[in-house]
Amino acid sequence: MNPVMQAVRVGASRGRTDFVRLSTTPGELFGYLFYPAVFVGLAATLNFDHNTTGVDGSGYFVAGGVVFALVTTSLLTLAQLIGTEREDGTLLRAKALPHGMLAYTVGKALQLLMTCTLSVGLVLVAALLLVDGFTLQGWGGALTLAWVCALGALALIPLGAILGSLTTNPRVTLALTMVVLLALMMVSGVFFPTDFFPAWVGAIGMALPLYWVGVGVRAAALPGSDAAFEASGAWDLPQAAGVLMVWAVVGFLVAPWVLRAMARRESGSRVDRARERAMKRAY
Amino acid sequence: MDTIPEQPAGRAVDPASGVPKDTVVAVEGLRMEYGAVRVLDGVDLTVRAGEIIALLGPNGAGKTTTIEILEGFRHRSAGRVEVLGRDPEHVGEAWRADLGVVLQSWRDHGVWRVRELLHHIGRHYAAYATPERPRPVDTDVLIDRVGLNGNAQKRVKQLSGGQRRRLDVAIGLVGRPRLLFLDEPSAGLDPQARREFHDLVHDAVDENDTAVLLTTHDLDEAERLADRILVLTGGRIVADGSAEELVLALGGDSEVVWSVDGRRNVHSTREPARFVADLYAEHGDAVADLRVGRATLEDVYMDLVRRHEAGDARSAADEFERKTR
Repeated sequence: MNPVMQAVRVGASRGRTDFVRLSTTPGELFGYLFYPAVFVGLAATLNFDHNTTGVDGSGYFVAGGVVFALVTTSLLTLAQLIGTEREDGTLLRAKALPHGMLAYTVGKALQLLMTCTLSVGLVLVAALLLVDGFTLQGWGGALTLAWVCALGALALIPLGAILGSLTTNPRVTLALTMVVLLALMMVSGVFFPTDFFPAWVGAIGMALPLYWVGVGVRAAALPGSDAAFEASGAWDLPQAAGVLMVWAVVGFLVAPWVLRAMARRESGSRVDRARERAMKRAY
Repeated sequence: MDTIPEQPAGRAVDPASGVPKDTVVAVEGLRMEYGAVRVLDGVDLTVRAGEIIALLGPNGAGKTTTIEILEGFRHRSAGRVEVLGRDPEHVGEAWRADLGVVLQSWRDHGVWRVRELLHHIGRHYAAYATPERPRPVDTDVLIDRVGLNGNAQKRVKQLSGGQRRRLDVAIGLVGRPRLLFLDEPSAGLDPQARREFHDLVHDAVDENDTAVLLTTHDLDEAERLADRILVLTGGRIVADGSAEELVLALGGDSEVVWSVDGRRNVHSTREPARFVADLYAEHGDAVADLRVGRATLEDVYMDLVRRHEAGDARSAADEFERKTR
């Protein structure tokens, strides 16, 4: 039996178990269902008509819901998982096992993939069924949606891993990630076009991955005429692919290094200190 | 270090042939510094196959640091360390498969089911099975051995403190390790759970010739569990022997207890009468609550802990070493 292959297999089963066990926890289940309900509910009931043009913006908004689902799972959920599992000793347990870190990494990747698919899928299905003006633009649209989500996740996951490794306190990690997430969404025009921002804000947004995930999702599910709302007046899919790929490549070069440095420092006494700190927080 | 028996005894010797068993841990001159603070200052220790060794010392004496260096989780400053024949700073995954580490679980894997978690951990070892060491141990056999049959399908977070500790031990043993590390194993357990836990460790290691190195700040636990006790304080091992050997080594000493101005003092001496005479010469009637008796291991150890906590670790270590010599 090849130890590396065995570790990958064990990791795959860890990912499945983590996913199933967590998804069947009431709190998590609520999280999965809450956001789709909010976005789709708002898009289906509120009036999103554009002030001057009168064009219905609910498709744009709910496309933002899809992006939100993707970014929360790949960035926020991952950072939180890493922060928590460092603090509670899960990571140390993996470190103490032969090829445990490999199995752990494979497991986390798979868990994340399944979580991502489920939460994006839920928003997507609800939006396609309930929101007027949000329809997959043929097979081409479906294909665009698939590669944009996959590439977007690959660009965002390393960021989540790095954010999760930066601090030792999961609460600080959560706060930090929320700040990054909100800033990202703000400048990336996820829910509304950013044309009211100064041009330089838009330029920053266009250097970041989230903007391009948004462009891709809109290109896949909004009618062609809506491209007029984009900064360039068109859905620039080649640029989207390019920017996301650069983020993914750079991320996957940097993140393993940060993760390894973080994991090397883990030991029983660190977990004990974290436990004492958590006990003082009294929950 | 004079109390090391010439020939290893007890479990460290093959009962049939009398030949000493393999050395699984060999440490010489281990030093550890954090900046200017020297935590370990020349630790020497040896563990043989099948031995249960307690590393006993006050909180903050460097026990956990020592064990984390041996586990390969921490870089040392200096010294020679060999665990299962390898330097833990340069080892591979096969080396790790021979170790069991019992971690203090807390709330990791809380939503997993007990049997599922143990089975999952066990699978990591499957690639390292040999005819002599089939790996992993069968999950159900192990669950039965640690007495968790009734809880196998529970979620881990539903277990009591004692049950979680049993699961931790099961996780440490599932790979059939040659060497098992237990760091403060029964911290936070009630007396009943503690006793059961000690029995469990004894039973569990007997059949596989697993060596155990545990840390504890509790003399009672060390006496109950260990074949040999190593006292770590002031950055060094100041005593090394079975509980009986340590008691014998102390046998010549008497313990004088007294108070001056409401402050309780303890001193061990081979000449109690002279010491008391000196005491009266110095303090006169201020000496109160005078008692002279044979020092027990516990008295001497408690004195050591008290002085360690008062910031007097190094001279306390010297005195302890002198006494047990």
